[in-house]
Amino acid sequence: MAQLPFKAARDGAIAALIAGLLALPLVGFRLVDQSGGEGLANRWPQLVAMIILVFVGRLALSLISGGAVRSVLFFMAAFAIGSLIIPWPSQFLEVVAVGGAALIAMRAAFLLLGSRPFGSMSGAVGLAGRYAPWAMIAFAALLPLLPFANRGVLDTGVMILTYVLLGWGLNIVTGLAGLLDLGYAAFFAIGAYTAAILGSTYGFSFWACLPLAAAFASAAGLLLGFPVLRLRGDYFAIVTLGFGEIIRIVANNWRSLTNGSQGIAGAPRPSFFGIADFTASPAPGHTAFNALFGIPYNPIHRIIFLYYLVLGAALLVNGFTLRIRRLPIGRAWEALREDEIAAQALGIDRRRVKLTAFAIGAAWGGVGGAFFAARQGFVSPESFGFMESVAVTAIVVLGGMGSQLGVVFAAVLYVGLSELFRPLEEYRMLVFGIAMIAIMRFRPRGLISTRRPTATLL
Amino acid sequence: MTALLSIKDLTMRFGGLVAIDSVSFDVRPEAITALIGPNGAGKTTLFNCVTGFYRPRSGSIRLDCSGRLTELSGQPGHCIAQLGIARTFQNIRLFANMTVLENLLVAQHAELMRASAFSIAGILGLPSYRRAEKKALDKARYWLDRVGLLSRANEPAQFLSYGQQRRLEIARAICSGPRLLCLDEPAAGLNSRETIELASLVRAVSQELGLAVLLIEHDMSLVMEISDHIVVLDYGRKIAEGSPASIRGDKAVIAAYLGEPDGEAA
Repeated sequence: MAQLPFKAARDGAIAALIAGLLALPLVGFRLVDQSGGEGLANRWPQLVAMIILVFVGRLALSLISGGAVRSVLFFMAAFAIGSLIIPWPSQFLEVVAVGGAALIAMRAAFLLLGSRPFGSMSGAVGLAGRYAPWAMIAFAALLPLLPFANRGVLDTGVMILTYVLLGWGLNIVTGLAGLLDLGYAAFFAIGAYTAAILGSTYGFSFWACLPLAAAFASAAGLLLGFPVLRLRGDYFAIVTLGFGEIIRIVANNWRSLTNGSQGIAGAPRPSFFGIADFTASPAPGHTAFNALFGIPYNPIHRIIFLYYLVLGAALLVNGFTLRIRRLPIGRAWEALREDEIAAQALGIDRRRVKLTAFAIGAAWGGVGGAFFAARQGFVSPESFGFMESVAVTAIVVLGGMGSQLGVVFAAVLYVGLSELFRPLEEYRMLVFGIAMIAIMRFRPRGLISTRRPTATLL
Repeated sequence: MTALLSIKDLTMRFGGLVAIDSVSFDVRPEAITALIGPNGAGKTTLFNCVTGFYRPRSGSIRLDCSGRLTELSGQPGHCIAQLGIARTFQNIRLFANMTVLENLLVAQHAELMRASAFSIAGILGLPSYRRAEKKALDKARYWLDRVGLLSRANEPAQFLSYGQQRRLEIARAICSGPRLLCLDEPAAGLNSRETIELASLVRAVSQELGLAVLLIEHDMSLVMEISDHIVVLDYGRKIAEGSPASIRGDKAVIAAYLGEPDGEAA
């Protein structure tokens, strides 16, 4: 036991040495433009800070595996708090210091509690699973009334809910039917463009656009699905990936319809169920929302209304999925995910059943797109890149394939992390990637991996 | 006696390999027909032709659908299943993450689908659909009881032991309401007590439902005990056909497969 600190310090020193050697050329020097061409600048503070971090991290991990869990917990907790106060050479290093120390402290804490990190929470999750959904719905419903709910919070809320809606839509395709769709943004784009074009060019209202967006996206899903659904697994994923790109490129180049990369402004804003508009000065023959209720005009009314609309739509999708999962078609989706051959031998028409999943998932994607267009008021191809598809797929997979609650957690995490780390700019994706790796490491089947049976015998 | 399934001159090739070479035989209704032969004789290939997983090169497979003969070869697998042919697999194929009960409900897909009227009656929860679902649950409950898995009904199928998974797969095939049940090595990997239980289950089910069974099996004691009729394949050809007693004494079968009586072939 007396040798433990020495051994841990040696481990730390070796790790720090290796890190230092690697980082010296990568971090230590930097090319800068000078008057006489290019020159080298050094970044010793960053380098030293990095080596110290590696040393401390390795030391702590060695101490944990040596048994000194309690002291590591206190030390790392103190280190995390201290790192917040100490000025670090760069913000990125500060995040690494605080986050890393917090992770190690959490690991120590879990060891002290006698459980592996995130490993055996299923009992607690099962209990929380019963009440958490209702608590979350209540929170979501009350959010606009809370004092801190300013415009930014509500906008983020609408964004999270849109991702939840998309995640729940894709959950039918990927989570239940087991079809890895990497081009879901295509249906999202078709819905958004349908709403924007019908609204701005043909003067359709939002409420007319909404079902049409779903119908167009669903039709696109059927068209794509017919030839493609005979492909399996990876091949299917690749073709959907291509389809996602095709839709974006078409939107970029079909100028006469989509106005190319400049996008379409004037996507329809939702009116108050066709009764009143959210403007200070309504068009002749229209009523203003504030006049209808006799309250002073406030632009936030529109955002609150949109928030509730998306919340309602998302809950509708959720209710639909929970219901259809218990029907023969829903069970057939899951059976196909589990074993296509066996399902076919039981009389399930693989293509037709997959096609329904694909078309329904696409329709919900279209609804999400119409809401996206309504929120932005503006639609352009760059909103529907590959990263959007990846984000939605990641939300479904990280949330736990087929788990509705998991989608919510993952969507909050995704939007939350990218908003929280916005100051980090390009390092934002790095944080997101690390979070994904952490989830895959500690919960390989997603945040929530319990599956609720669709029928039970007493 | 008219045949339920009649196979005529069935041939199946994979490139240059002739897996099945113009095989003909009949499967009689309400009887157990066993298909035996050495490994690689083409037994499972023949199963796959009958159940629509392979498209045979030539020959015909006809199913007696209430007096009318329906050609099966070339039809997609799910249509053949809906005509009343259910099967199990050599390597068990359950819906592993779904519960034992759900496995049996998926088997009743076609019937429940009709009752749910394109899921509309199902989403609305109309009484007609709820009645159909109740019936399906009762059927599942009955067969779970028969195979001794009722107490495990709400557990994921992957948690069952190997022998239990075999029994569940058979129950699932039965729940799909077949007229012909194809069992591909149902006793593989079972111990002797489980094999005896399996034999009595297959026999009882066949009699209770008036079900025709087509059985691939290497366990000769099981085959001889429950079969009414045995077809022997070797290198894709039928080398013998007849009652268990006649097959046991058949010279060609002994040479190709069973071996001399003192050697334990099975």
